[in-house]
Amino acid sequence: MNTGAQSSGSYPDIWRRFSPAESVVRTLWLMLIVFTAIWSLRNLDITWEYFLDAHIQAGDLLTRMFPPDWGHTGQILDPLLETIHIATLGTIVSFAIAIPLAFLSARNTTPNWLTWFIGRFFLVSSRSINTIVWALVFVAIFGPGAMAGIWAIAFRSIGFMGKLIAEAIEEVDEGTIEAIEATGASRLKVLLIGVLPQVMPVIYGTTIYRWDINIRESTVLGFVGAGGIGIELYSSINLFRWPEVAVMLIAVLLVVIVSEFVSATARQKIT
Amino acid sequence: MLKISDLVKEYPGGLRALDGISLTVSEPQVVAVIGSSGAGKSTLIRCINRLVEPTSGSVRLDGEELTTLSRRALRRARSHIGMIFQEYNLVERLTVMENVLSGRLGSVSLWQAFRRNYPSEDVSAAFELLDRVGLKGRHDDRADALSGGQRQRVGIARALMQKPKLLLVDEPTASLDPKTSRQIMRLIYELAHERGTPALVNIHDVALAQASADRVIALSDGTQVFDGTPEGLSPEVLNDIYGEEDWSATIRKVDDDDNGDENGDTEAPVEKSKPAPRDIVRNGAVAE
Repeated sequence: MNTGAQSSGSYPDIWRRFSPAESVVRTLWLMLIVFTAIWSLRNLDITWEYFLDAHIQAGDLLTRMFPPDWGHTGQILDPLLETIHIATLGTIVSFAIAIPLAFLSARNTTPNWLTWFIGRFFLVSSRSINTIVWALVFVAIFGPGAMAGIWAIAFRSIGFMGKLIAEAIEEVDEGTIEAIEATGASRLKVLLIGVLPQVMPVIYGTTIYRWDINIRESTVLGFVGAGGIGIELYSSINLFRWPEVAVMLIAVLLVVIVSEFVSATARQKIT
Repeated sequence: MLKISDLVKEYPGGLRALDGISLTVSEPQVVAVIGSSGAGKSTLIRCINRLVEPTSGSVRLDGEELTTLSRRALRRARSHIGMIFQEYNLVERLTVMENVLSGRLGSVSLWQAFRRNYPSEDVSAAFELLDRVGLKGRHDDRADALSGGQRQRVGIARALMQKPKLLLVDEPTASLDPKTSRQIMRLIYELAHERGTPALVNIHDVALAQASADRVIALSDGTQVFDGTPEGLSPEVLNDIYGEEDWSATIRKVDDDDNGDENGDTEAPVEKSKPAPRDIVRNGAVAE
């Protein structure tokens, strides 16, 4: 502040990022956030004694898990594979549903406001319900097992993929569309030749990314009876067989690392 | 033959981009449309194939009224009007061949388009056109791998694939360097005359317009202020079109490096046996 005055008289030597009014508003926002945090903590009725000895409990759990029961490995391979199958099939089903829905939900490709509303409605409904809740619904419909899991995964993924693809459709280059329209192409042909190639990278990328997420999500579907390794995991936890739990957690971690790697590599190759 | 009468386009908010344009193009000639930015050049071209809906007036192509066509009939009409754009507007992620063949979308089924299963005569016509525009052997390259001039050549091939009765060309050279601009304009000129297709070309560059058009039309504030030969563009006329300026350096001073033009560089040569468009214009021997 004091250096400015020496060097040149013609320039202001004081500069503040925020005006006084802005500073007041920012302080108020900060107070609001602090207040909300305190209010939330008071409302939650947290048992602080459990919190304070958490490190002891965590250490204890680790010792009970160790050494992992490697003999259990053979038994979890099948459910682990089932988990991956559920994720893959669920992704394929959602792919088939999400793409037409995305075209309905993008303002520049939807036929009219009603179709846009219908498209958006399905996308939002799909996203607002958690995979586990979808699984509970589909277990009630199909009964326990992989089928319920596939549909749970698919229904949650539709909203995710549809929304991202619809946004990509809304951002396509209008000039290209104009050029294809100028050839006398019909609406569907414009979508096919003008729009689709432009959003293909997003479609591929989103699908692979969602498959990756779905592998992680499908590991817990078994908790509510929707198939996969979650069933084994849940029963081992309930029976306090921690060495078995350890093996399963390690197995899931490995699968997730591999799928993450596959997904990242594949998405990098898309241009 | 294109006949435009009393064409008016008023945008929402009251801007009158076209204020009663009448224009007839009755022979295969290159008509340059000049005028300052916002004079209505782009609107005029887009009102013809109704990428922009005209407010009133009439546009007739070979006797058919375009302004009142239904969506379906308009698509059929559009399939006979080729369009070339400033930013080329290729589908960047598709190959050169797919882009060129997209000019046939008006005549193939959706399923054929999906399978990229175009009739064999279209495929051979596409190869022939690619050769003609100087892109022989580039058919499997992706459009985004090409230079600007090459992309515009693909854009030209796509438009000509439609076997158009009329070419609408919107600032074809505004994104290109001066030399490539001249090559592209010459290519458009040659192809328009070879195929007997009239072309309406929006262009900013007055000198280039004079050098590569048979006829020049000037717009100012949505009205037509000049219609004549390139020679008729005197400093007085240019003052009318653009406002007061020193035009001595602009008029008829397109560089004379024609012979060196075809040498080297990435831009493929255009056919040499044809006389350069400027020469044709100067001799007054416009192909009929």
